[in-house]
Amino acid sequence: MRLPCPHCGERGNEEFVFLGSADPVRPADSEAPIEDWIDYVFLRDNPAGANRELWHHTYGCRSWIVVRRDTRTHEILGAEPARSLPPPASTSAAK
Amino acid sequence: MRYSLAVLLKNALSGHAHWSPAWRDPEPKAAYDTIIVGGGGHGLATAYYLAKEHGITDVAVLEKSYIGSGNVGRNTTIIRSNYLLPGNTAFYEWSLKLWEGLEQDLNFNAMVSQRGVLNLCHSDGQRDAFARRGNAMRLNGVDAELLNGEQVRELVPLLDFENARFPIKGGLLQRRGGTVRHDAVAWGFARGADQRGVDIIQNCEVTGFRIENGRVAGVDTTRGHIRAKRIGVAVAGNSSRVAAMAGLRLPIESHVLQAFVSEAIKPLIDMVVTFGAGHFYISQSDKGGLVFGGDIDGYNSYAQRGNLPIVEDVLSCAVALFPSLSRLRYLRQWGGIMDMSMDGSPIIDRTPIEGLFLNAGWCYGGFKATPASGWCFAHTIATGTSHPLNSAYRLDRFATGHIIDEGGKGAVPNLH
Amino acid sequence: MTPQTQHTSQPFRLASGGLIDRATAMPFTFDGREYYGHPGDTLASALLANGIHLTGRSFKYHRPRGILYAGPEEPNALVELRTGARREPNTRATVAELYPGLTACSQNRWPSLAFDVMAVNGLAAPIFPAGFYYKTFMWPAAFWEKVYEPLIRRAAGLGRAAREPDPDSYERSHLFCDVLVIGSGAAGLAAARAAARSGARVVLCEQDFRLGGHLLSSRDEIDGKPALGWVAEVEGELAAQSKVRVLRRTTVFGLFDHGVCGAVERVSDHLDEAPPFTVRQRYWKIVARHIVVATGAIERPIVFPQNDRPGIMMASAVRSYVERFAIVPGRRAVVFMVDDSGWSTVEALQRAGASVAAVVDPREEAPERARSIGDAKVLCGATVTGTRGRLRLSGVTIKDRQGREQYIEADLLAMAGGWDPALHLTSHLGSKPKWDESIAAFVPGSLPSHIDVAGAAAGRFGLDAALKDGVRAGSEAAHHAGFASVSLAPPAASALPMHTRCAPSWRAAKLDAKSFVDFQNDVTAADIALAAREGYRSVEHAKRYTTLGMATDQGKSSGVNGLAILADVTGRTIAETGTTTFRPPYTAVAFGAIAGRETGKALRPTRLTPTHQWAAERNAVFVEVGQWLRAQWYPGPGEADWRESVNREVRAVRSTVGVCDVSTLGKIEVMGPDAGRLLDFVYANTVSTLKVGRMRYGLMLREDGHVMDDGTVARIGEDRYFLTTSTAHAEQVLRHLEFCHQVLMPSLDVAIVPVTERWAQLAVAGPRSRELLAKVVDGFDLSTAQFPHLSVAEITICNGIPARIYRVSFSGELGYEVGVPADYGDAFIRLLVREGEPLGLEPYGTEAMTVLRVEKGFPATGELNGQTTARDLGLERLLSTKKDYIGRALQRLPAFNEPDRPVLVSFAPVNASDILRAGSHILDLGAAARIENDLGYMTSAVYSPTFGHHIGLGFLKRGRDRIGERVRAYDPVRNCDVVVEVGPPCRYDSDGGLARA
Repeated sequence: MRLPCPHCGERGNEEFVFLGSADPVRPADSEAPIEDWIDYVFLRDNPAGANRELWHHTYGCRSWIVVRRDTRTHEILGAEPARSLPPPASTSAAK
Repeated sequence: MRYSLAVLLKNALSGHAHWSPAWRDPEPKAAYDTIIVGGGGHGLATAYYLAKEHGITDVAVLEKSYIGSGNVGRNTTIIRSNYLLPGNTAFYEWSLKLWEGLEQDLNFNAMVSQRGVLNLCHSDGQRDAFARRGNAMRLNGVDAELLNGEQVRELVPLLDFENARFPIKGGLLQRRGGTVRHDAVAWGFARGADQRGVDIIQNCEVTGFRIENGRVAGVDTTRGHIRAKRIGVAVAGNSSRVAAMAGLRLPIESHVLQAFVSEAIKPLIDMVVTFGAGHFYISQSDKGGLVFGGDIDGYNSYAQRGNLPIVEDVLSCAVALFPSLSRLRYLRQWGGIMDMSMDGSPIIDRTPIEGLFLNAGWCYGGFKATPASGWCFAHTIATGTSHPLNSAYRLDRFATGHIIDEGGKGAVPNLH
Repeated sequence: MTPQTQHTSQPFRLASGGLIDRATAMPFTFDGREYYGHPGDTLASALLANGIHLTGRSFKYHRPRGILYAGPEEPNALVELRTGARREPNTRATVAELYPGLTACSQNRWPSLAFDVMAVNGLAAPIFPAGFYYKTFMWPAAFWEKVYEPLIRRAAGLGRAAREPDPDSYERSHLFCDVLVIGSGAAGLAAARAAARSGARVVLCEQDFRLGGHLLSSRDEIDGKPALGWVAEVEGELAAQSKVRVLRRTTVFGLFDHGVCGAVERVSDHLDEAPPFTVRQRYWKIVARHIVVATGAIERPIVFPQNDRPGIMMASAVRSYVERFAIVPGRRAVVFMVDDSGWSTVEALQRAGASVAAVVDPREEAPERARSIGDAKVLCGATVTGTRGRLRLSGVTIKDRQGREQYIEADLLAMAGGWDPALHLTSHLGSKPKWDESIAAFVPGSLPSHIDVAGAAAGRFGLDAALKDGVRAGSEAAHHAGFASVSLAPPAASALPMHTRCAPSWRAAKLDAKSFVDFQNDVTAADIALAAREGYRSVEHAKRYTTLGMATDQGKSSGVNGLAILADVTGRTIAETGTTTFRPPYTAVAFGAIAGRETGKALRPTRLTPTHQWAAERNAVFVEVGQWLRAQWYPGPGEADWRESVNREVRAVRSTVGVCDVSTLGKIEVMGPDAGRLLDFVYANTVSTLKVGRMRYGLMLREDGHVMDDGTVARIGEDRYFLTTSTAHAEQVLRHLEFCHQVLMPSLDVAIVPVTERWAQLAVAGPRSRELLAKVVDGFDLSTAQFPHLSVAEITICNGIPARIYRVSFSGELGYEVGVPADYGDAFIRLLVREGEPLGLEPYGTEAMTVLRVEKGFPATGELNGQTTARDLGLERLLSTKKDYIGRALQRLPAFNEPDRPVLVSFAPVNASDILRAGSHILDLGAAARIENDLGYMTSAVYSPTFGHHIGLGFLKRGRDRIGERVRAYDPVRNCDVVVEVGPPCRYDSDGGLARA
């Protein structure tokens, strides 16, 4: 499998570490309803089809990237650096 | 038709022209008492034990493809009960006990072979962790032996004791562990369930659930609507997709796990051996092929195939453990889709929807669990409550914090 | 030896023709007898040149079997090649290149190939139909492992594996190209040339040692020249181009995602031994922008009764042996064809001087060609209904159009059963082949846009079609890869269009229990019918129940015939019946090839600490800690065992001073104006309140609330922090920090720099550590007043070498860690030891370090096992209540706050001479050894020279309430059961005064 690192170009998947879905949004703070936290930490859509997912270019630029990939065919639909995405709610709170 | 040597000989005289089908091929009825979605090992076992243990025979097993087309037909055939944590050990031991009597029970030889499962350890810390696990097994009445390096060498002389990157310090041996002819498990349960009146319906894919007032009322399928009061879902690999039809989100990701078989050779490796400093396990089938595997590929997938990095790692580990395997050839690789759960442990439980039950999240461990999974799931469906053996496998354990994390890896499915 | 005797020693070798070098005779042995062949031979062709067809026994019935094919799809002729540590079981004689001195042995027979006792299985065949073992061997239950299974295992299997380590070496290599062409037959060569001419980087892989594919065994002409001349011309053109790479003896065994292909090059298999510095095989990982699959087609056997005797061969194989290897594989032949390509075999045999006794064709009419084949009897509308001959075919029974049977003596029966596109690679990415009724074969299904199929592999049969399709596919591939198309006229072929007529073969005769479909696994037509009768009607069920297609050829010869029979007996069409899935590898691949050099000692990188060389000189015993090698202890003179050494090292730290390399700890610098904010988020305790020059213990949780890791965090500047992690979690923590920053808090102005390998970090611990360090620092005041416990400073040592000094103690004694640039590590430890020895210094290893920290009750790997919480570890006071941090929210879950959770305590044996062992479980005294009485477990256990007995750490339910009580440390797997007293985690200097002094 080849993944398009936005910084390094296309590389073999052995250079990357997979984390999971990029969709769950961390609740704004630790006092948020516990259900939101359970959702964030444990529940996943796990789609058969396009999936937004977090990969870490561990043996490359060490960037976290969000790859859109079809889980049925492994077709790559796009990739962008995670840090260029709109920040989740918790970040603005931290700031 | 009951199987025996006498029956085999009798049929030989008539050129085997009179064998009857191992299971019928019925049209689905309009309604059943209970529907099991998924004709894999777990679903078929569930149907079998519903009929056998609970007298519930108005049951249909709905399979979207052919029975046994999921992970029961694409695993590395290992059975064992060498688990550490409460909630796991007793369950898997019950499974092993069912394996031990399965063939006579089913009248189908699934070649349950208790050849032993040996986990190698490569450091003092790992040996201590194995001791902790072995002791937990012994406290559960399960056989476990902690071996030193010399004892391991006597059992498995072809291991590399000379040039290993991670020296073999010993191992945890469960002699009652072993292997089973995997496809035969599906067929044996199917035949047993069928003989007790269960309808096994292949090429029948569930496309939706009918839910009325918070209760299941039936399923829509590619072969029409079928009503049922109780529905058990046992579709590991596709649990999230099927649960989503009922509006449920699960603590599960689907991942691909590859496995491999070599060309058949004369007996070489007697027991199941697992590597402790990498992810690798190997055994030799009765036919002579070495059956082996390693880690999951590590990314979400519904494609039953993997990629080369894992192939490379698995074969590197194989040759590192057994340098004499280097010239052997691997013949085939395949992939199965695992329900990787958030704590590495399964779910056998009711769901928030009345009458809908879930059996999911087996990670790598589903095959060995097949009989107990079916047995416990049948109990849960029949009685509406968990049996003590599956009481830890609750769907809501993530919300209460009672996770069962054997590896201590946390809520990252691909690490389990 | 004169050429004359060489020739006469090979009675079936033709006097001329073929692609062999008659001038050189090569001796080889098969089953102990010496024979000769020539360069250019395979083992199979050399055996046939010597009149040997019988080469193997089948898996189940041990029936005598001969060479069926001339390529890698061979199911019968499997041998053990080479001997000793180089023995390779199940090697196909049809692809093993002959080399001088080759040694091969037949396999799975006893006592000999010609007389095999196990052939008795064949007599019992009536009671051994498909799946018989599922129906018996169940009584009594215990007999399976003891009696039945050992017999089955001994009888099963094919060849014998070597039992010694492989002496040869292998390697992994990478290739990147614009166009990968797989197969060098007419289509592949045309494609490679077309792609190359447009300027693309082209890789052409051919599994054979010669380019040409089927052209090697044909007499066709291309552009008015012999086909081999055209092959040579294209080969020359490709060789002349620097952007083209041709890999012979290279099998592309699998297609993977996004243009990644796996291939194995057999670099030295055609030699007696690999030359020095040369690998036996090389695994290529090829990344191609576009792939052209031009793998040709495989001829399909015909299923009829007794179709498996030695001397029955594929018609295409006969052609190959005649034309390429100059062998006449029989003197009197029958050709049984349902496909017109069989006529070429008739012609080839006649040219080679064999008599063709009959041509049998179930179709009603013979084509034009039949008229020019001389005296061969052509029987249209006829079929072969049986054969005779035990170890070699002796005759063929033929039933003619009128139903009359006749017996014809023959020593060769060629089968032309039609062609199956070799589309296996095209289904590796999940594409299902489609049945094409017009050619009675499966063709590739829909494919990703970067994969194309050309020629016979696509079901476009015939030389003309192959050439045209090859040019098309090559040009298009280059175009897709971004190169301008070059217009190229396809070469013109002389050959007759192939496959003009074909008929399905499987209904040609009444099939029975000796009509073999899968030759190697002895799966017969009757077995398939039985499977269907028993309900195994799905193609996958039938395959798994009968083992059809599961032999070493993976169904290349048997798949379609088996499907067709299954379709027939279940009343379905082949298209309805479907097909099983082709999976990698296309042909079996040696473990060693894929493992490459990354095995044995090189399975994983070995990381050495900066003081490794020094420690090795000091005879340290090393231990693997993850990828690191660390000094475990340093044996001293006169010490009887490791325990004495460790005791000495511990005593030195407790009484004078010790030094230990702790460079393996993960080291991370976090810099920037928002560094403190990030760290407050990552650590459970507060970091940003640290003053510059101070450090503290830090605890990290996972988001699920459990402990991830612990370590120290030092503030070395206003915007600069230095973190240490445990050795085991270094990479995980770094990635986690990067996650928290890049994904959760991307707006923070922070940089995270891993510096683990930049620093040699030495722990200097013990009452005299200050005294020792004072000798090496450049005028830095080490007094507690100026540099109290948990301080950090950037200093210089030894007249100007930059260093960092941390006052921190993992032993409980006055202690420091000093970091110097990694390259100074070796010199630094030598200096410390030289200066320290007069003070009583001992270097200490990981074992003593463990003793010291267990005495202090500090958690490490055994306690931070991923299953424990801060509260379990007694660290709940660190959990900040003033901020959000990773892992805080889920602390609210009920399970985290249950009073029954086991918590960290220490243990000491009541009888001081008792040994404690980690992994023991804890039970109440007198409680039965049952799981419901399990109270916890011991995580670490050491002999403490400080206390004069063993001590342990572990987790105990309600442990804090049980200090001073006695419990059992129960360890049945090591036959130990010890009464222990529960203590607080810290047993040594519990108020920490020593470290602060």
